[in-house]
Amino acid sequence: MNSILESSANKLQHFELDRRTFLRLFGGGVLVCMTEGSTLAQESGRGFGGHELPKEVSAWIHIASNDKVTVFTGKVECGQNIRTSLAQQVADELRAPFDCITMVMGDTDLVPWDAGTFGSMSTPQMGPRLRTMAAAARQTLVQIAAKKMGCDPTSLRVDSGKISSTDGKQSFSYGQLTQGEKLVSTVSGAVPLMAATDWKVAGTALPKVNGRDFVTGKHQYPSDISLPGMMFGKIVRPPGYNATLESVNTSDAEKMTGVKIVRDGDFIGVVAADAWTAEQAAGKIQAKWNVAAGQPSNSNLFEWLKTTAAPARGEPAAASSAQSPENGATLERRYTVQYIAHAPLEPRAAVAQWENGKLTVWTGTQRPFGVKDELVSAFHIAPDQVRVIQPDMGSGYGGKHSGEAAIEAARLAKAAGKPVRLVWTREEEFTWAYLRPAALMELKAGLGPGGTLLSWEHRTYNAGNPGIGTPYRVSSPLTPAPSSKSPLPQGSYRGLASTANHFARESFMDELAHNAKMDPLAFRRKNLSNERLLAVLNAAAEHFKWGAVQSSPTRGFGIACGTDKGDYVATCAEVAIDRATRKIRVVRVVQAWESGAIVNPDGLRNQIMGAIVQGLGGALFEAIRFGNGRLENPHFASYRLPRFSDAPKIELVLLDRKDLPSAGAGEIGIVGVAPAIGNAIFAATGTRVRNMPMAPDEAVPGIEPSMLHA
Amino acid sequence: MATRTLSINGRAVRVDAPDDETLLSVLRNRLNLTGTKYGCGEGECGACTVLLDGKSVRSCQTIVSQAAAAKVTTIEGLEQNGRLSAVQQAFLDEGAFQCGYCTSGMIMQATDLLQREPQSTEAQIVTGMNGNLCRCGTYPRIVAAVQRAAHSVQKAGAR
Repeated sequence: MNSILESSANKLQHFELDRRTFLRLFGGGVLVCMTEGSTLAQESGRGFGGHELPKEVSAWIHIASNDKVTVFTGKVECGQNIRTSLAQQVADELRAPFDCITMVMGDTDLVPWDAGTFGSMSTPQMGPRLRTMAAAARQTLVQIAAKKMGCDPTSLRVDSGKISSTDGKQSFSYGQLTQGEKLVSTVSGAVPLMAATDWKVAGTALPKVNGRDFVTGKHQYPSDISLPGMMFGKIVRPPGYNATLESVNTSDAEKMTGVKIVRDGDFIGVVAADAWTAEQAAGKIQAKWNVAAGQPSNSNLFEWLKTTAAPARGEPAAASSAQSPENGATLERRYTVQYIAHAPLEPRAAVAQWENGKLTVWTGTQRPFGVKDELVSAFHIAPDQVRVIQPDMGSGYGGKHSGEAAIEAARLAKAAGKPVRLVWTREEEFTWAYLRPAALMELKAGLGPGGTLLSWEHRTYNAGNPGIGTPYRVSSPLTPAPSSKSPLPQGSYRGLASTANHFARESFMDELAHNAKMDPLAFRRKNLSNERLLAVLNAAAEHFKWGAVQSSPTRGFGIACGTDKGDYVATCAEVAIDRATRKIRVVRVVQAWESGAIVNPDGLRNQIMGAIVQGLGGALFEAIRFGNGRLENPHFASYRLPRFSDAPKIELVLLDRKDLPSAGAGEIGIVGVAPAIGNAIFAATGTRVRNMPMAPDEAVPGIEPSMLHA
Repeated sequence: MATRTLSINGRAVRVDAPDDETLLSVLRNRLNLTGTKYGCGEGECGACTVLLDGKSVRSCQTIVSQAAAAKVTTIEGLEQNGRLSAVQQAFLDEGAFQCGYCTSGMIMQATDLLQREPQSTEAQIVTGMNGNLCRCGTYPRIVAAVQRAAHSVQKAGAR
């Protein structure tokens, strides 16, 4: 289950660099390659004239004679600011000015193979990889310079993209040093790197590169790509999941000028010279579909997830330990999370072009190489005949791992013999992408005298195990995460199951604290020994002034904390409650954060603030309503998302641990939001809300409405 | 299909399009003015916001024949002689975006808001911008950017 959610990444592919392509691209200069899993020591100065380039390259960097540095990576930019923060790290290790660096990202013909941009891996994995390459590139340049100046390499000064002799009489820019060179340096990962305390460019709040293009409308997203002679596509969809085509009548659409119908089994597509005509033509196609009967709905969702669950690893064979008498007072609770949608503001889009048998697709995806594989298998063509280009896209949040639109656009383009642009409608994005998994969680714990945890069991159906492990001190916790037969298409989402699992665990910890008549913060501290988690918990509580004011029926304060993917987070929430209407509003959130050494504090603040605002939606009101294979609210008018008026006052406390490696920070900022709010609601009202969303505009079938959203 | 002349960003632009095609579709798909974004096609997200005679409209809810008599301003028309508008500059200065897909619509909406209410309070900004969605959740920064733009316009006016 978890492996599917993390990524449906395929077996590692060997990336083969076409040497002629390289020569055509660069002509000359110095190229540094990093090889994955190789035992090769660094080999500097190997000429690429006579050697094949390594075949398992994981990233590379090129320095041209005009001082331009180009860095190639399979990671993609979807708003998380990685284009900027990776370049900052390269600038430091290379000792080069930040603005001479260009990042080439997510173009499968130009960058080494990469599994994709998910799981908060870009910062902890690609960061050090690019730093290593940059350091190796610097060493190569120093050797060239030493040779040129006839001096000892260790005597040279390296700074701001220049290498100078000690007396300063001789000085060459990196570009000057690479003139006439055609050098490949191979590095396998054993190069000393700067300590974070020495960073000059990394660790600073540099603004997003190309920011100006985003405020002028110049930046071209996948859905903006335009090619000469390009046509526009549209797909005719069934009304629900698990449908088969019974009959179709395309004659009215065929009568329209310039319209081409593409039929292949149950696939019905339309191509026209303009988008409007394509849409009108698709509307004239009369298709009859049979949607499978008896599909689940919200009302029986959790029963369905439980009855279809497969046995999970770690499943206790006999009665669970939490029930034995030596475990003190035991408590059992059940929590649920509904399906929610990523709703990236740019829906899936692709522009596909076939040229001499080669397919090129521009599309918005977190996994360009995954989409390339999908295209290779869909069209039965050789991998070198497919190129996927990922222009910086209109976000993903884990929702753009798959290549449906790319395949559809390529199908239409192939049939039309022209490039085709296909942009999914909002309804299509809701319905035919995939959702964050719904979850049913059953928790059980034994509590000893003085509020000490004696036993722990946390079972999560369907959502997966990220974040399920408890950070609290307890012997032999049981944390099975059985997978279920999901009635709706589901997949990755920012934080994966960590949000569901943190909601359950941190709500449950609050219940246990109240049962033990202890302050929720004191109860957590008593059962925690993880110092990094304690540090953020204390920082959040201190900044929030936890305990200074007691909760009242109209004002509640809640706290939650957690850790996943190397991030540590603690969240305090203040909610205002209208006693008459039971409407709630989140007025203030304080979040303390630690993820090792901070690479870009401005980007980090932006990510964490965004995660809090996004997390409010799933916590309070987002829910997919469905039944009989159909989504009932695939529109922004009926699927409530956080808006300006929902945003609370947000205060962030960042702990910068320069002594620790940097972790990825795009996801886990979301996990504390729901439990902190739920705990605040309880503190004010005495009502424990165990279902996400906690305050939907209207009741979700199968769930007792507890609170309403203001 | 009818040929008509639209006034877009101060220029007369001839375009062939059916009367009932949306302005959004005409801008993006016929004129390649792709700075205006499609987000929902239902007037719920504001990504497609443009100005008609200075007033913000959802271009996905405006048919091209309605736009024919008006002056249309899109995100591409705000920059003057290489100089960003006050709102554009403020968004840049505040780093008020992540993926940036909502940014065009946000800037157009804020431009209209500050024309109507140059001294908008925080509450007025929240109300005035509430029809625009940012899925990355940068609302607090956008509010700060609109406030910054309001200040810079007032300062410029006072000089």
